[in-house]
Amino acid sequence: MSYIVAENLCKHYGNGNGVVAAISEISFQIKSGEFVGIMGESGAGKSTLLAIMGAMNAPTVGSLTVDEIDVYGLRPEQRADFRREFLGFVFQSFHLIPYLTVVENVMLPLTTVKAPRQDKQAKAREALSQVGLLDKSHRLPSQISGGEKERVAIARAIVNEPPILLADEPTGNLDTKTTGEVMQLLQGLNAGGTTIIMVTHSHECAGYARRILQVSDGKLVEKG
Amino acid sequence: MTLKEIALKNMIRRKGKAAFILAGLIIGVTTVVAVISMVEAMTSDINAKLEKYGANILVVPKTENLSLTYGGLSLGGVSFEMEEIKEKDLEQISSIKYARNVAAVGPLVLGVINVNAHRVLLAGVDFEAAGILKPWWRINGTQPAENSVLLGAETARVMELDIGGTIEIKGRRLQVSGVLEPTGSQDDQLVFVRLATAQSLLDKPGRISMAEVAALCTACPIEEMVKQISQALPGAKVMAIQQVVKGRMETLSQFKKLSYGVSAVVVLIGSLVVLVTMMGSVRERTQEIGIFRAIGFRKKHVMWIVFIEAGIVSGLAGIIGYLLGFVGTKIALRFFTESQTIAVPLNLELAGGAFLLAVLVGLAASIYPALMAARLDPNVALRAL
Repeated sequence: MSYIVAENLCKHYGNGNGVVAAISEISFQIKSGEFVGIMGESGAGKSTLLAIMGAMNAPTVGSLTVDEIDVYGLRPEQRADFRREFLGFVFQSFHLIPYLTVVENVMLPLTTVKAPRQDKQAKAREALSQVGLLDKSHRLPSQISGGEKERVAIARAIVNEPPILLADEPTGNLDTKTTGEVMQLLQGLNAGGTTIIMVTHSHECAGYARRILQVSDGKLVEKG
Repeated sequence: MTLKEIALKNMIRRKGKAAFILAGLIIGVTTVVAVISMVEAMTSDINAKLEKYGANILVVPKTENLSLTYGGLSLGGVSFEMEEIKEKDLEQISSIKYARNVAAVGPLVLGVINVNAHRVLLAGVDFEAAGILKPWWRINGTQPAENSVLLGAETARVMELDIGGTIEIKGRRLQVSGVLEPTGSQDDQLVFVRLATAQSLLDKPGRISMAEVAALCTACPIEEMVKQISQALPGAKVMAIQQVVKGRMETLSQFKKLSYGVSAVVVLIGSLVVLVTMMGSVRERTQEIGIFRAIGFRKKHVMWIVFIEAGIVSGLAGIIGYLLGFVGTKIALRFFTESQTIAVPLNLELAGGAFLLAVLVGLAASIYPALMAARLDPNVALRAL
């Protein structure tokens, strides 16, 4: 049975004659534990699709079901809870909070979770250990390299052990060597059971995915 | 990691913004505290001075007759042969609950006498109490001794008498020891002698016609004192001199209205400073708030962060603002008033009020920015990423 089911997803912006379709009639299914790459040119609709899958951008038409939950049938605040429990985000530009240390950034998704502070710290340290940055936990983001920032972002995305990890061009700002390290990290997480959906331009990165969804002009043109 | 820690760390990072909000609120709170403290101190001082300025309660015998005088003009038929109060009864005033608020009790015995073919009113007074009750009296000469008199300015003029002259009352020769400078009151037309002398001359031993009371009413309502004195002197009619009381109350009321008006304007400006600065801060943090929302923060969590920041800065502003206002008042009073005796005590109620005011203004002014932050669409923020 499919874990994620997207049916006839359409997203239109504007109104009247100025309507622009960012994505049209996109349907696909993803099984739990899959590593899926979404590829396409700039403006193809990849980021819109990722935002819809991230429970942050309601489709104009269509539905998204995750673990049998109709994501856009939820109220906005329930969708916030859904994001916290089901999703981890890795952004292209890391987007760490600059005034929080590495370990505090990683703990952020646990801020609103009711749990003892020690438990939260242990989870954050565990996540940092997974990405190999435990020794830099008390540094500020400005005191670590780009590759390390990306790894902190991954640690933040996995700290609450979400079943799905959404990555938007996770290696877009990294050199070849670091790209390889980050992709291996994602592959390792996938091997541990995390479903990964990654938007990428890079064929090298796409090579780590088990399946590719090719998007062009807002439409799904190929389900690899 | 808690919402409070996020708020605190953000404030530390954005020290300039926090300092701006702090400064805006401190100015507001300091001004409010200083204005209220100054008005309170000056009001208290003015009140104390006003209270020394004559009697504000009259004790007269109960009578069924209506007075036939108006503005000093007698329309006839006024008799002073009414039932008098016993001088000894006045001691009861010292037993009332608010006795410590009684500054002076001035017994007065009145009677009509004939002097050099003139009918004139003789007033026996306690000159020690008169010093408090009538501080505007200026005597040319000296206060009268047992066998001397003090003349009102008009009496001296009509009778063509001056210091050193003598008058004869009921066969008793009395020397003029002093003449009052014109007061513009009925006192100008009287002949004053000591209370005991008047009682003897008028054949009213141990009795008085009326008494004037100077009550210090900062801490008590004058109506309450009138009630207490009435209970202590059941045979007398006790009344507040409404003109004096109302005049004082109006002065206080105007001072307070002014202070509250100024305070309201300053508080409004302070709240606008908080509002504008917090809105700027929220706009600056669009991406950050987007990340919070993307990783599962609810709207209320985002709002809490804004409110915690506003609450901390406002509370701090309340404390600093009160202290600055307190010190500022002490310094300002030295420049704005001639009196060196005005006290500005540490007022815990005002301190608490200043703290609450600052926090309430800070939080109220942060409601809109907090809502703005909470309503931020995470997708819009994500696109901004």
